[in-house]
This record gives sequence, C-alpha cells and structure tokens, in this order.
Amino acid sequence: MPNGKRFDALKMLAGGPKPSRREFMKFCGAMAVFMGMGPAFAPAVAEALMSKKRPSVVYLHCAECTGCTEGLLRAYEPFFDEIIMSTISLDYCETVMAASGHAAHAALEKAIANPEGYVCVIEGGIPTFHGGEYGKVGGETMFQLCARVAAKAKATIAMGSCACFGGVQAAAPNPSGAKGVNQALAAVGVSAINISGCPPNPMNFVGTVVHLLTKGMPKLDHWNRPVMFYGDTVHAHCPRQEHFNRGEFAPSFDSPEAKKGWCLYQLGCKGPYTYNNCPTALFNQVNWPVKAGAPCIGCSEPNFWDDYSPFFHPIEDRPKG
Amino acid sequence: MSQTTATTAGKRLIVDPVSRIEGHLKVEVELENDRVKNAWVSTQLFRGIEVILKGRPPEDAPLFTQRACGVCTNTHALTSIRAIEDALKLKAPPLAQLVRHLILSTLIIHDHLVHYYHLHGLDWIDMASALNADPVEAGKIVAAASNRDSDPSNLFIVRKRLKEFVAGGQLGFLENAYFLGGNPVYRCTPEENLILAAHYIEGLRIQLELGRAMALFAGKNPHAQSMVVGGVTCYDSLRPEVVDHFRQIWAKTKEFVDNAMMPDVLLMAKRFPEALTYGRTSNFFAFSDFHDPESGKDPYFASGVLWGNDLSKHESLDMGLIDEHVARSWYEGDTVRKPYDGETRPMYTSYDDKEKYSWSKAPRYKGEAMETGPLARRALAYARKEKETRTMLDAFFKAASMKPEQLFSTMGRTVCRVVETSMLINRMQGWIDETEKRVKAGDTDIYKPWKMVDEARGVGTCCVTRGALSHWIRIKGGVIENFQMVVPSTWNLGPRCENDKLSAAEQSLIGCPCPDPERPVEILRTIHSFDPCIACSVHMVDNRSGGIRKFKIR
Repeated sequence: MPNGKRFDALKMLAGGPKPSRREFMKFCGAMAVFMGMGPAFAPAVAEALMSKKRPSVVYLHCAECTGCTEGLLRAYEPFFDEIIMSTISLDYCETVMAASGHAAHAALEKAIANPEGYVCVIEGGIPTFHGGEYGKVGGETMFQLCARVAAKAKATIAMGSCACFGGVQAAAPNPSGAKGVNQALAAVGVSAINISGCPPNPMNFVGTVVHLLTKGMPKLDHWNRPVMFYGDTVHAHCPRQEHFNRGEFAPSFDSPEAKKGWCLYQLGCKGPYTYNNCPTALFNQVNWPVKAGAPCIGCSEPNFWDDYSPFFHPIEDRPKG
Repeated sequence: MSQTTATTAGKRLIVDPVSRIEGHLKVEVELENDRVKNAWVSTQLFRGIEVILKGRPPEDAPLFTQRACGVCTNTHALTSIRAIEDALKLKAPPLAQLVRHLILSTLIIHDHLVHYYHLHGLDWIDMASALNADPVEAGKIVAAASNRDSDPSNLFIVRKRLKEFVAGGQLGFLENAYFLGGNPVYRCTPEENLILAAHYIEGLRIQLELGRAMALFAGKNPHAQSMVVGGVTCYDSLRPEVVDHFRQIWAKTKEFVDNAMMPDVLLMAKRFPEALTYGRTSNFFAFSDFHDPESGKDPYFASGVLWGNDLSKHESLDMGLIDEHVARSWYEGDTVRKPYDGETRPMYTSYDDKEKYSWSKAPRYKGEAMETGPLARRALAYARKEKETRTMLDAFFKAASMKPEQLFSTMGRTVCRVVETSMLINRMQGWIDETEKRVKAGDTDIYKPWKMVDEARGVGTCCVTRGALSHWIRIKGGVIENFQMVVPSTWNLGPRCENDKLSAAEQSLIGCPCPDPERPVEILRTIHSFDPCIACSVHMVDNRSGGIRKFKIR
C-alpha cells in the first residue's frame, strides 16, 4: 500500500487534476491485489469505491466494546471518511451518526424501508437469555432488533469475533447467553459473512464490502469467513516459522531467544490453529502481535476465549476437562 | 417508565438511543419550564466479564478485561496488569514502564481527539452551514487563530466534498442531524463550520496515525497484545527507527493539537457561552499516573479529591473509602460492598421497576457521588496550583472571557479535555527522548520474570481518558477468586445509590435547558461532555394524560 501524501488523492476525490487519478488507481490496484484478484481488477475496484449511488449500510451495535468500529476508523486507503462519503451510505451507526433518540430511530426505519435494500453489519454478540433482556437499544432487545434488520438485508456481515461467535461475553459461563449472529438468527434465515478477529483487520471488512459490490458473494470457509482473507493459518506465513521448524523456541519473555525473535509456541502462541492474514496484512500497516513478541491468542477462531486459553501455555498443556 | 421519587409536575423526555458514545445507556429527564428538573441515567447492557474471569489464570485477565472497551483499549489491560503486579509485588523494568507510558499517553490523546471531533463535534458543528462558507475567508480565520497559513485550497476541497455528499441526496451519517434546516443553537458562522468540518476530516486521518503509533509498541490497535504481567514483550520495537517513526507521528499530532484542536475549543467557548452555565456537578476525584519509570514516584497526573466545586482546597485520596452500591441496579440485593468483595449477580427486573433501573453499579467515595475525568484532573491540578495547568487554563480563561468556576460546566469539561490533550502531547516529548536514549544505549530490559502466588490481593489504578479506573483482584489457589472493575463511566454515568444520591451525570442534567424537546441538543451536549462509554435514551411522559408520548424528533 502506498504511503504517500493524501492531499493529491483528496484533490482527486474532489474531481481535481488528472495525475492524482493515477495515484488513486495505484491504490485500487493494491486493493485488488490484497483481495487476491490481481491488478487487472483495479478498474472495478475504482468503480465500486466511487459509485454515484452509494449502497446503504445499516450498522448495529450489540454486546460489544466498539473495538471493531474503532478498527474501522483506522481504515487506510480507502480512509474512513472516504468510505462513508464516497463508497457507502452509512445510514445507521450509533457510534458516528449525528442524530440521537427518535431522530436516530427514524433514520433506521427509513434505511430498512429503502426499496433498493441495504447491507446489515452487526458488531457484538447477541444476548439471548431471558428473551434477550440483557441488552436493549431504544427499549427493543438487541435480539429482536438484529432479527428484524438482518432478516430483510441484502447481505449481513458479522463484524468481529463477538458477532461471529459470541465473543468475550460468551466465554464460560456466558452469563448473558451471548451468541454469534448466525447462531442466534438462523431461525429467521440469516446467514452472515463472518469477518472474525478481535478486532478484525479493517481491510478484511473493506475488502469484503468491495467484493460484494463488484463480484458478489466471496467464497467462504466452513465458518463463513472469506477464504481470500482467512484461507491460511497465521503460522503458515509467520516470519518466525523457520524457528518453529528447527525447534527453536523462546522459553520465557526475558530469554535471549525471545530477544532474538525465536518462535513463541511454548509461550502459548496459537498461530498454527488460527486462520487469519495478520502476518501479511499487518495491523495499522506496521505491526502484528507476534512481531511485537506476543503470542497469537487465536482471536479469529470460534470460542477461542475458552478453547485457546490459558493464553500463555501451549494448547496441549490445557487442563483436560 | 415512571421512576420512584418522580414528581408529577413536568413532562418526561427520553432520547433513545443517544448516539456518538460507546455502548448502550438510557437517560430519562423530567422537564419543567424548558429545563431539566430531574434525571435518571440507565445503562442498557450487561456482559458479565467479572463473572467470566473467576477461576481463570490471573495473567490472562488483561486480555479479557481489555475487551471491556475498544475505545479506551489498552487501559483495562494495563490496569489489570497493575493490579496483578501489585498482588505479586512486582515492578516492571523502567523501559517497560516507559513503553507503557507511550502507549497510554497516545491512547488518551487519540481518545480525546476522537471524542472532541467525531463524537462530541456534531453537537456544535453545523456541517450544512459549511456549504455556504467562503473558503478564502475561512483561510484567513485559520491564519489568525493558529500558526497555519491562510492557504484555502484544502478548505475548497472539503467544501466541494460536502457539497457533493449532500447533493447526492444520501445523507448517511448526517441523516436527521439536529442542524439540518437551520437550528439557532448552532451558532458558528459558515466559515467557522467549514474549518471545523475540515478538522473533523483531518482529525480522522490523524487518529489513524495515532492508532499506528500505539501499534508500533502494542502489536496492534485496538487491543494491545504486547503488555503483559512483568513488562512488555516488544523487543522488535526497540529499534531506533521504530522510535523515530513514533516520533514523526507525535510531531504531526502535536501540530494538529496546537493549530486545530486548541483554537477550535477556544472558538467554541466563545460561541457557546451558555454552555458554561449548565452541566455542573459538585465533587471530583482522580488517581495518579505517569510515575517516574525508575523511582515509581512523581506522577505527571497526581491523585486527589475536590469537594463542592471549591478550587481553593483539595485533599488526598484514600482508596479504602471507595465502595459500590447496587440498591438501584439490576443486581441481587442492596448490600454496599468494597470492590475487593464485590459481587456481580445479575437480576433483571424491568425499567419500570420502582427501585432498580440500570445495569451500572453506583460507586461512591465517602458515600458521595463523584465526577472523574479530564475536568476532575485539571480542576485538581488547578487547585493544587500546578504551574502548567494554571498557565494554560488562565490563558484560556482570559482569551475566552470565562471565570475559573465556569470550568464546572458542559463546555468546561470539553475545554479541560483539549487542554489536557495539549499538556500530554507536550509531556510526551520527554518520554520519547528517554526511550530513544535507552534504546540507543542498547537497553533491552523490558520484562521481569515472576511466579504466580497461591493467595494475594491487589489493586491497579490508571488515569484513563474518561477518568479514574481501578481493577481489584483477589487470587486464591493461583487463580482468580474475585475480580472487580470500577470504571470511570460507572462513576460518571451510574444510577442513584441506596441513599438516593444522584450520579454525576444525573446531577449535571438538573437545570440543563431544553427549549426544543424535539431536538434536545443541550441534553446531548451535557451527556456527551462526559465522553460516555455506554449508550443512553430519554422518553416523554405527558403526565396530564398519564400516558407515554413517543416523541417524534425530526
């Protein structure tokens, strides 16, 4: 991804001079490559990013920490302001929308009555105990709100591991009965694309949206995750893999081996059991947990809070229970 | 919908949901003569992280608690780590402390910036009015108010983008905004609104770089992974080029804070003087933070308590005087407990319950509700006569023609938030220099090994974006026996306590003007000024008919 000045790109977005058009196409090309389509796909990406009639998106928040939205705010090329001003029409999203109260509610009702339809994005697990009373928005349970909005959507995207699989609030003993979207809403015929991770890389979300806008439904894996982003394990592309292959493990965080960047498997790394593109896509363009010396916790996998913890012990050392 | 202690004189209003906050909170107010007479704040979500932590290894807690909030991400992880290190009597090496300083200070600056422009901003900025601005004139205003030049080219671009956005007929995130169609409570001129809109967009670009700055040391953002019990793990970040990259982002941010945020908040204080007259609370407290990495003393943010808006005195904080009430919260019983012995046993009744009306507990200090956050921290520093705070605030008071006691207001809260951002970005330079010095000298001591004990207790405190955060852990049999998080938004936006004392936010709403219940902008300004980490809602009961009238707000 180019890391140049965005002033020219802004000019381009404002219909400015031609040279910056080239820069824009360069980043559409980079996006196309990121999606595994090859650079020839760039014009289609450009069209999707700059369409005159922007597709409507309704973004719901349930039992979550807003980390996924925060991640999305950090989207880079396209930037968040470009996404909401030039790519999609973010017709409902409590975190950024101007209106509150009934004005917000009216915006939601208008968006879901849109004859051209909308894409529903859900962040957070859905509390299901006692009819869903553990979580409400505007007096309506999150359970009911999501069922109502997602059932009518053209497509539904579960944003982050909470929406995909229930997340941290679903960890044992799951006091609120939190479930992932597909688990909670299967009965109303919802089948969401899962963009898992805690939070997911925003580029996995943006890439999925661009795919929906250009080529339709991406190929999904067993857990409904786009194969283009979740097709390989973290371990498969880990720069420390050669150490794993040679049996060179860091025994503790203060060891010379840790300082030398040896494999973190014995310190609890779950990279071999985790499907995501962290080592290649990077977070915030610069880093990812293992590069920062921290074992992968497997945050894109179902039930990782229970199945992959204790986090600082190899998976086979888990207490059997 | 009726709450206990409600009088039947006024009308009731519910805003539902209040947007541009984190989470799910509900506010109900009773109105009389266009002002708020009574208020109830109710959080609308229970997740139960404290319950989930029981029986797990303590060192895993930071990863769990961090997921309490993705906005003030890192802070819960760090506070849990501090609680466990307190229990283990463990001190992380100085370089690890410095790295934590860098991550935490960047987080607070990021969080304040995003709150000021992207969460709070649309309470003050009329983006529609910006369409009628003259960018050349706006450029002149920028040059007069900051060290930036008057080049209007970017302002032309922003105006064009806004025009095209609105002309497309899809208002998206601005749908039903309270300024659409003109609203007298939005008082900035078109040129000023254009500048603020340009900074809204520029702020989005700056915040993503601040996320990158955190990730350089934390591994990723949101949700750090390199901070662990005993220190940090990021050996790869101890390269001079990484510190240099961090410094570049810091410099860019400082330019934005100095030349956009500070002039903008001064403009707002001048344009919205009435917001200096409402939103008042009484009592304030803060924890200390940013201690010297070597000695663990001399915190840059000092702790303390300030009673009854009296800027002439302050007292020291006693952690033993904090307790949590659940009499009015959806939990079993009504026993007041110390955080170490806190229980989290959910028991939902209904919002119409005469007693219990929120998922939030009600923390109290000496039995009193307290406000915490940037206003509490700056007011305390002012009362302590700390030079830097005094100098900055006095200069601000003069420029904005405001009195010191007007800090205790909706606008004052926002002023303190920006002033604190400016102070912190200036202070960071020293921490970056010190980190660089150590890294260049080859210091790689960032982790201290430890052994989990069988039984211990510990408390971790942290000055986070929204105020005083504390985590309380009891370890037994080497695992978590009890874990309680007492978070800033519980202090600020919790419910009443067993003695019926209002929380800070409930108190701040009393007297708040609401001349246009269809567009309750002032109520939103006040609630947003706390930078809530939960979502709220406000409804209307017409007591003459005894029923609830759903208010259509356009």
